[in-house]
Amino acid sequence: MKGSDVAVSALRKSFGNFEALKDVSLEIKKGEFFSLLGPSGCGKTTLLRVIAGFEDPDSGSVTIDGREVSGLPPDKRHCNTVFQNYALFPHLTVFENVAFPLRIKKVPSRLIKDQVRRHLALVQLEGHADKKPSQLSGGQKQRVAIARALINEPSVLLLDEPLSALDAKLRQHMLLELDAIHDQVGITFIYVTHDQSEALSVSDRIAIMDGGRVLQVGSPQQIYENPKSEFVARFIGDTNLFTGPVVERQGPIARVEAAGYGSLLVEANGEAPVGARVTVAVRPEKLRIAGSPPAANPEMNVFRGVVEEPVYSGFQTKYLVRSVPGAAGQAPGSSLVVFRQHAQWSEGVPDIRWKDEVYLSWSARDAVVVETDAPGHAAAVDRPAGTAAAEAGAAVRGGEPPDPEGRAR
Amino acid sequence: MSAKRNYGSLYAAPQGLWLLLFFAAPLVIIVAYSFMEKGLYGGVEPRLSLDAYRALANPSLLLVAFRTLLVSLVATVLTLIVALPCGYSIARSGNQSLRLFLVIVPFWTNFLVRIYAWIAILGNEGFLNDALRALGVVADPVQFLYNQWAVVLVLVYMYLPYAILPLFSTIDKFDFTLLEAARDLGATKLEALRLVLLPNIKGGLVTAILFTFIPIFGAYAVPLLVGGKDSYMLGNIIADQVTKTRNWPLAAAISMTVTVLTGLAALVFLFRSRKPAPQSVEEPAAPLGVAGTSAVPSGGAR
Repeated sequence: MKGSDVAVSALRKSFGNFEALKDVSLEIKKGEFFSLLGPSGCGKTTLLRVIAGFEDPDSGSVTIDGREVSGLPPDKRHCNTVFQNYALFPHLTVFENVAFPLRIKKVPSRLIKDQVRRHLALVQLEGHADKKPSQLSGGQKQRVAIARALINEPSVLLLDEPLSALDAKLRQHMLLELDAIHDQVGITFIYVTHDQSEALSVSDRIAIMDGGRVLQVGSPQQIYENPKSEFVARFIGDTNLFTGPVVERQGPIARVEAAGYGSLLVEANGEAPVGARVTVAVRPEKLRIAGSPPAANPEMNVFRGVVEEPVYSGFQTKYLVRSVPGAAGQAPGSSLVVFRQHAQWSEGVPDIRWKDEVYLSWSARDAVVVETDAPGHAAAVDRPAGTAAAEAGAAVRGGEPPDPEGRAR
Repeated sequence: MSAKRNYGSLYAAPQGLWLLLFFAAPLVIIVAYSFMEKGLYGGVEPRLSLDAYRALANPSLLLVAFRTLLVSLVATVLTLIVALPCGYSIARSGNQSLRLFLVIVPFWTNFLVRIYAWIAILGNEGFLNDALRALGVVADPVQFLYNQWAVVLVLVYMYLPYAILPLFSTIDKFDFTLLEAARDLGATKLEALRLVLLPNIKGGLVTAILFTFIPIFGAYAVPLLVGGKDSYMLGNIIADQVTKTRNWPLAAAISMTVTVLTGLAALVFLFRSRKPAPQSVEEPAAPLGVAGTSAVPSGGAR
């Protein structure tokens, strides 16, 4: 495997009063496609710029292959950057843009010609060598930027939201191409993005960042299926969240008295003792929606409600289901989001429509505990999901999950 | 079409009149005078003559012309060397307006007063000599004034704002991530500035050069007041021909030559700097079906 290990530890960086990085530590493996994912202002770009050498950290260290690089200028580091706005040199042709690093190194012209041709072929831009950047489309500029960053044969490629300026279709395409380039050159990619679907689809591992900290590092599956905090659960995909105290434990299964939703079962791997206040997440696609009650199953949770908002999007329908009065433990305002795939869509299958009364059911094994507060501690954050509605006893419209970008993709 | 009359030329009339009266007419007069005979006590005799142009070949005149060119080049280069970092730092600073204001402040003082201020600084009894003597660096006053270097120094001072302002405005539009990109790709700080900043602010550089070189080439007051006998420039010769030697046709001929030469030089300079950059060595081979395999719209020039 080519590429380098990159490690940062205890990084801090402030701009004036704003702490962009608060004690960030990460280890990125050789050849990994590693994403830094988070909302804007979370510190991901600052972290990338510290690794590239554009910013000096206030404290902490950056090592590439075990060698300390903080303090080294960008031109002395074995990593290259693909910038968000491409940063192509407008006065140079595509050829000269890609050749720039070699000209700096005083490589003989013959070799330059050869290498540039090879790298333009890598990004499928052979016919455009003589154009100026202003004559290229967004996607083509992006390719030039990638070719230029790769020609020095860096051991780490840093990508700062490289696709954010492209339209959705092209973004999907370039993402796959980036992945293919990564497989081909085999070096370490560190990819900054705020788009969860980008990060999920190509990364080997993802670090979720917020407020200058790394909240969770893991494979896309780990991040999606087993978020370790409410923020991560909300940031990645749609999710249903419940909060309440654990009232009973039976092996791995915990019974949670969820505010607004009644008594729910969740698989908690030892992290939720009786009395602890927990936050539980269930992904909408884990819920089954049906017009009749599900067969009795001791590990099933059931929610009765009325379809309030069906949102049809071709491959699936998203339903917002609100509690019906009289269902045990359910507060009138609580609601859940459920996805129904249209895998076997046909005329015969009973359609679920607006105002239909439905039963949602999900297995305790599909619910995960994302946060635990030790007994006696008040919940750190106010839970919008049902809590307020339950306590006020009024039909407050709550429980609607956040609306992270790109859920339709 | 006819419903809406185009009043453009009417609106432009005042400016046209102004240019006609104060630019075109004097120019025509000077051209005419340069082809006439000189009057005995100044003025011209209205008879066609090429005497004035023949007199241009005078070696002492050519020496002054050469010196003027040299002083102008040196002063322009020095002005740019000072103006570039100034423009750069103003463009990158947080309080651009204040700094630009400070650049413009000297314009509120009369040109001549500012030259006299330099005499007050550099003179034998000036601030600088006083300070040097008080510090014990020198015993006798140093002769700063009335030489070529005093002329260059004051010229640089005078025309610095004319270079800073256009440089600032192009550097301000420059995308500084390009410098980061250059550094990232292996260029040192200086290489990044030379290979990426300079080519991208060419327009501002050309304007700055024209705005300094041309007025310096026609300088009159500065060499007269802070220069010595050996720092006479063409402007001074022309003035002398009008006021002392009373050879108006010669003054007109020198003026015409200077105007035509600087005009031509400026045109050539502008034309050359607008020329597209040389093509790269890659031959434009565009094999079909190689580049266009993707969803990327090709040739979508923006």
